[in-house]
Amino acid sequence: MRRFLATLAATTFLTGAAMAATVYPIDRATILAGSPFDFKVEFAGVVKPEDVKVTVNGQDYKAIFGKEPVFTEKEEKADASAVIIRGVTIAEPGSYTIEATAGSDTKKVVWDVYGTTAAPKAKNIIFLLGDGLSVAHRTGARIMSKGVTEGKANGRLNMDELDRMAFIGTSSVDSIAVDSANSMSAYMTGHKGSVNALGVYADRTPATLDDPRVETIAEALRRQTKKSIGVVSTAEIEDATPAAVVSHTRRRADKADIVEMFYGVKPDVILGGGSAYFLPQATAGSKRKDDKDYIQLFKDAGYALATDKTELATAAASNQPNLLGLFHTGNMDTTLDREFLKKGTVEKFPNQPGLVEMTKTALERLSKNPEGFFLMVEGASIDKMSHPLDWDRAVIETIEFDKAVGIAREFAAKNPDTLIIATGDHTHGFSIIGTIDDDKPGTDMREKVGTYDKAGYPNYKDENGDGYPDRVDVTKRLAMFANNFPDYYETFRPHLDGPFVPAVQDENKHYIANAAYKDVPGAVLRTGNLPKDGDSGVHAVDDIVLQAQGPGSEAFKGYMEESDVYRVLADVFALGKQQLGN
Amino acid sequence: MKSFSRRGFLGLIAFVAFHSPARAATQLAFDELYEAQSVLGLKFTEKVKALSGANVTMRGFMAPPLKAEAKFFVFTEIPMALCPFCSSDADWPDNIVVVYLDEKQTFVQANAPIDVEGTLEYGSWTDPETGFVSLLRLRHAQFGLA
Repeated sequence: MRRFLATLAATTFLTGAAMAATVYPIDRATILAGSPFDFKVEFAGVVKPEDVKVTVNGQDYKAIFGKEPVFTEKEEKADASAVIIRGVTIAEPGSYTIEATAGSDTKKVVWDVYGTTAAPKAKNIIFLLGDGLSVAHRTGARIMSKGVTEGKANGRLNMDELDRMAFIGTSSVDSIAVDSANSMSAYMTGHKGSVNALGVYADRTPATLDDPRVETIAEALRRQTKKSIGVVSTAEIEDATPAAVVSHTRRRADKADIVEMFYGVKPDVILGGGSAYFLPQATAGSKRKDDKDYIQLFKDAGYALATDKTELATAAASNQPNLLGLFHTGNMDTTLDREFLKKGTVEKFPNQPGLVEMTKTALERLSKNPEGFFLMVEGASIDKMSHPLDWDRAVIETIEFDKAVGIAREFAAKNPDTLIIATGDHTHGFSIIGTIDDDKPGTDMREKVGTYDKAGYPNYKDENGDGYPDRVDVTKRLAMFANNFPDYYETFRPHLDGPFVPAVQDENKHYIANAAYKDVPGAVLRTGNLPKDGDSGVHAVDDIVLQAQGPGSEAFKGYMEESDVYRVLADVFALGKQQLGN
Repeated sequence: MKSFSRRGFLGLIAFVAFHSPARAATQLAFDELYEAQSVLGLKFTEKVKALSGANVTMRGFMAPPLKAEAKFFVFTEIPMALCPFCSSDADWPDNIVVVYLDEKQTFVQANAPIDVEGTLEYGSWTDPETGFVSLLRLRHAQFGLA
């Protein structure tokens, strides 16, 4: 409510009107012609239904939308009126001016309704999303994986070979900052959203599942094409990024509902973690609050099921039309833990596949469809390890993500009608500033940090040539730091015993430095620069670098926003034109 | 296991009275709670089943208390810092144990491992007061710094 009033005040100031309504979709929204969306006007106060007047390019909205609005005199917790029409479409591309009035309350917004080319430019799109992928993650991955000598990289990442690029601005409807939910939602719907929201404009009512919806790319593909859809992530599959492909909720935490939304859209391939939300509540480990057994429901809907790497290989070859792979009850373990250190929860889930195997299998399955496919691949733990300032794990995750980009590039080499996009959803306040050299004299770790010419070069080795450094705890390693943090003990070295937990909550709900690291040799307390209720590093507002190759990639250039990227996806697949014929 | 300190937890909380210092308690580790490979549902180990109703001790961490003053807290293998954007409140790890004390007390973050001794109980149970669902519980428990 406070946020609503603040918005109201700002709008009032700008328009000079006494009161102002809010219209969804928002001003300057870009909308795919023919895509269904919910239209809502939230008035600032209670109004009479007969006073509500809404026009679209000067004509009454009921005639334009062909549906009757639902009027609510007093919205819950708002003490104000609203009208909503669900599932409207605008077929003709063009500029649309919407004016909503009730008494002195008035608001004008303009939408850009866009069409697409009639013929698709590419048959397939592989959309790879490194969650939280910042420039330093890429730099660190290149140095650890390939090495650098005399200022020249000894090798290039797969991402380094992508032809075109754009800077992506990620701000939200309600904030300059963003989270994984609404950033990916903007990529997957073409509409900017509010922090925590998926496939909706966040309205002012408390209910999370009734907010005005916009169409997701999976829904658009089902509506207009016969293409297959794949969703792959190392996170819980109902986590924000994969969820954004199919979901509509104000709160990304509605994970049980999100599983139901996956079931509604039925992507042909679903691979990731998060089985706990598929299990009926009676099953130990379930996080559902009902008796629905989504494992069984998906099986009954023709899905082969895989729960580990071995079963994934078997299921990949099965004759069943669809594939559901769930390899963890929660988020899957990181590459460093899975393949090298055997920490985290690897003992309980010892045979998890990685992002590379999952991407390979998804491509094998999806490419059987002669109509083509859309595959979303998320490297989730780049972000999940950056929040707790575990930079070694985050960079190793980036190497794995880059290997998945390599799998996509191999596929595109044989199938050139494939657009590849590799991007992030937000950045982290993370930088590499030099090296840390254990062999420098003394015990004071900050004196072992080398900067400028004193940084020299780290001594990572990759003797088995697997693309990963043989070990991260070398004597001269990258100096990697965050620019924002809670109170924590900086240890100047990798966390070999398991993912870093920088801070723990105290009885006042404040985060204090986790004393488990206090006695690590050389550890120093860094007093946080974030509010005390913050448990970890936060997302940066910095731009993302998007890279792409293949048909349609020429559209990526200069500064763009996630919603502009969706417009490119829609155009490449010609989603403005129905392709359901024979 | 070390005997519990009567001086209380970090000297800040009143300690639950020590009922039966002589009773034998079996040590139980967090990685002994469930069988491996439990994507389709957690399965308790034979050790957990065998120790049901028995007095056990476990070492772990007190999670951020759900309420400042309560009769129970969530006991975890590693220190918990729930990230607002990676997890919802529902996202506790699989292998938590809920510790029930005989009397309410005000919790203080120890910021260190603790030992808990109590009667082991397994199987899904919903706390009628809080609605909190747990699979494993230690009842009539006492705790102290490890």
